[in-house]
Amino acid sequence: MSAVAVEGIWKFYGDYPALRDVGIDASPGSCLALIGRNGAGKTTLLRIVAGFSRAQRGKIRIHGKEPREAETRRLMGFIGHGISVYDELSALENLILFGKLYGLADPRRSALEWLERTGLERVRNGLVREFSRGMRQRLAVARAFLHEPSVLLLDEPFTALDDRAIAVLQRLLREALAAGKTVVMSTHQLREALELASHVALLTRGQLAFHGPRTPEMVEDPGYVYARYGEDRPN
Amino acid sequence: MLDTEPLAQPKQQVGTARARTSFVRQVLVVAFKDLRAELRTKEAINASFGFALVILLLFSFAFDPFQETTREISGGLLWIVFAFAGTLVLNRSFARELPNDCLDALIAAPLSGAALFLGKALANYVLVLAVELVSLPVFGIFYNVRWASQFPELFLVMLLGTWALTIIGTIFSALTVNIKLREVMLPMLTYPILVPALMASMRLTTTLVTGAPIDADSMAWLKVLTGFDIIFTAVSLVLVETVLVG
Repeated sequence: MSAVAVEGIWKFYGDYPALRDVGIDASPGSCLALIGRNGAGKTTLLRIVAGFSRAQRGKIRIHGKEPREAETRRLMGFIGHGISVYDELSALENLILFGKLYGLADPRRSALEWLERTGLERVRNGLVREFSRGMRQRLAVARAFLHEPSVLLLDEPFTALDDRAIAVLQRLLREALAAGKTVVMSTHQLREALELASHVALLTRGQLAFHGPRTPEMVEDPGYVYARYGEDRPN
Repeated sequence: MLDTEPLAQPKQQVGTARARTSFVRQVLVVAFKDLRAELRTKEAINASFGFALVILLLFSFAFDPFQETTREISGGLLWIVFAFAGTLVLNRSFARELPNDCLDALIAAPLSGAALFLGKALANYVLVLAVELVSLPVFGIFYNVRWASQFPELFLVMLLGTWALTIIGTIFSALTVNIKLREVMLPMLTYPILVPALMASMRLTTTLVTGAPIDADSMAWLKVLTGFDIIFTAVSLVLVETVLVG
């Protein structure tokens, strides 16, 4: 069974079709890099897969279940454009809050463990509003991984990250993939993403232009997918 | 077969009880999170209490506190103050989730829209009620009203009226969270719907602060207020998932 199965998704904003009959598939243990120019529909697709908005047509299944079911949401971890943690709470309070919402057996222990893994244990009682940008990003990563999700949905995860945060995220993603978890990430940072990806999907103006395994050519030349399958391809 | 049949039902009951406990826990987690965040910043509560104080003061200039007519309209004045000041708290409810896209994290978490909504409504209820309880003695001084003479009954009206204000305000706070003019839209949407609840609260409060006994007319208004609370709580709980996810 696919970890993430997307079939015939259509999404309209007014009359504008943001997604047109998009279908992608990711098996357990695979990493799908979702690439495309700005406005191609990557974020829209990820938000629909995450259950934040509904498609007008089509079907999404996460391990065979509908994304809005509570059990399915327990399986998913999401990093979006925002860090999705509260400025008025401390790093530890934020992670305990989400640990409780995800029904973890010992939210405090899990929170402390993830603060250590992301290098934030020394500032655990500091308010997030006092954190640097890199620290906030690492806390967002800890929040997304806290409940040990089996499907990770990442919307441009490397954007605005400092070197340390990129290294932390890449290490955690490699560990997650080695443990058989599934990663779907949209990105413009092709080099970082293609190093991790096992599969690539290219969206062009809301349509799927390419979906297949990552090849050595793609790693050597990150612009290869656009040149071969995208709008840049020679006619 | 005979051995397993009777065991099946208690197991199901345990599952239902566990789900109910989990629901209540999630409601409380959201409510405490909101209250903790508000008590750290005091953004909404300070603005709301300050606003209530200013309106009470301004109205006291317009009406002579020693005239009988002032006492007769005092219930109306008090609930106008509560509604205006309460809106400032309610406006912040879902808007608090906008910085850092925190609403996404809550929608992604395995808690139902109803638990999220009730948690937020509970936190708002506590905050609005706190503003009201602090404003009440100020109201008594400015308008020469003996509000303490029938306080238990008045408190009951405040509990019911404030829940009406909170439940409508919270659902519309969720609905308007992504609108740029949400500070304007929220009162425009909530006040017309709140008319029956505000009317009932105003009538009952006027009766109680003028020292009049609770008669059949007052009981009818109390039923209106209770019915309003039940109906709109149920409607909000049904609609909130659609409001949040579409």
